[in-house]
Parts: sequence; structure tokens; C-alpha cells
Amino acid sequence: MISIYHYMILSAILFAIGTFGVLTRKNMIVIFMCIELMLNSVNLTFIALSRHLGNMDGQIFVFFVMTVAAAEAAVGLALIIAFFRNKESVEVDDFNLLKW
Amino acid sequence: MFESMLFTSVALVAILSAFFVMKCRNPVNSALCLITNFLCLSVFYVMLEAPFMAAIQIMVYAGAIMVLIVFVIMLLNIGSVAKSRYTHGVAGAAVVAFLLFIAAAKFIAGGEVANKVGNVTAQVVQDYGHTELIGTAMFTEFLLPFEIASILLLVAIVGAVILSKRKV
Repeated sequence: MISIYHYMILSAILFAIGTFGVLTRKNMIVIFMCIELMLNSVNLTFIALSRHLGNMDGQIFVFFVMTVAAAEAAVGLALIIAFFRNKESVEVDDFNLLKW
Repeated sequence: MFESMLFTSVALVAILSAFFVMKCRNPVNSALCLITNFLCLSVFYVMLEAPFMAAIQIMVYAGAIMVLIVFVIMLLNIGSVAKSRYTHGVAGAAVVAFLLFIAAAKFIAGGEVANKVGNVTAQVVQDYGHTELIGTAMFTEFLLPFEIASILLLVAIVGAVILSKRKV
């Protein structure tokens, strides 16, 4: 029988993989995708706990997380394109405009 | 038995695809693996009796956000990256991620999830339908956050348009 713990361990694994990707990759778009991965693992926890506790609030929260993720995707990708236009690169090592 | 087998196989695919999102050298391959991961998560949502969330997951994430990301990858024409030389950075990140997972696993194993059963059971979801339950909660109890989310989306639209203008 699949319990709540299986889902929570699974989402912990997915979150750790996402963290690893954010910390190691250099490509801005891949970092962005790893952040989406982390958001999704948290969504899985929300829905599993919502099902376990018999309460709808967790799923409403997932809805808002998706809204924020969509807004983040729109603004973040626009920022990446604006940066690429100036520097011809999406590597995070080139993001040094504020470096003194 | 069947549920357990389904969970194990889909979880395996989810973890492998998440790993390849992080591992693939070409961003397009990463994007395809991420779509696979989203599909696996929507299978989990169906198993957790949240079919509306599964549909939203496919439509919003796999449909809208990933199309946007793939579109940007194609637009910028990014090729595969060379193998990086900073192995100590990778090792440090691996340690951080592993410690994070250990901390989360300890937290999950040590804590007892409250066995409080609310009013939304499988029978209620069967009778009323998942969409109706979500809609009722969203338009009564969570009306103000819903309106704030719409303002957030409006701000995101305006911000994206202004950022992608050629002359700012």
C-alpha cells in the first residue's frame, strides 16, 4: 500500500535533484528548468498531504504556485532574452554587470 | 498490489527524467525530460484523486510553460555546452543536495503526519466532482488571493512586454 511517506520521500528526492541542478549548471535556461522541477516537487507534497488530511486547501495552494510559476516563466524568459541581446550568452558566469 | 507497482514504475521514470534534466548537455533534451517529469507528476495527481490538478498540470506546465521555454531555446539557438572543468564545484553541490535530502528524509521519518481526516474524502470527490470542490473553495474562501493572483499575472504580462522591447 502506498502511504503518504512514499510521496514525501519521492518529492524530497526530486527537490534534491533540482537543487543539485541549480547549483551546478551554468546555462541559465537549464537552471530555470531545475527551479520548475523544485516547484513541482513541492506541489506533489502539497497534493499528497491535502489528500491525506482530507482538506482542499493544499490543492488551492498548488493552484497559486502554478500561477506564480507562470508569471515567473514569462518575466524570467524575457530577462534571459534581454540579457542575450546584450551579451550574446546565457551562461551565468557572464552575469557580472554588477560586479565591482 | 497494482497501485504499488504503478507507483514504483512511475516514480522511477520521474526520478530518472529529473536526473536527466540536470545531466543533459543540450537544453532541448533537458526540456523534453522535464516534460516527461511533468507527465509522471500528473499520473501521481490522478492516483491522489486530484484529476483537475492533473489536467491543470498538463495544460499549464507541459502545455504553456514548457512551450515558452522550448520556444526561447530555439530562438536563442543554444548548442550543447562543453564538459565543465570545475569538478570541485560539482562535488560541493552534490554534498549540499545530499545533505538537503538527508535532512528532509530525517524530518519525514521522525515526524508523524497528523491522522486528522477532514471532510473531503474519496466518496465526496466521487459525488461532487473534484472541479466543483476546487471551484467552491476558490471562489468563496480564497476569493481575495484569487484576485491578487490575477493582478500578479497582469503585472507579469506588462513586465514581459516591457522587458522584451528593443528600446527600453
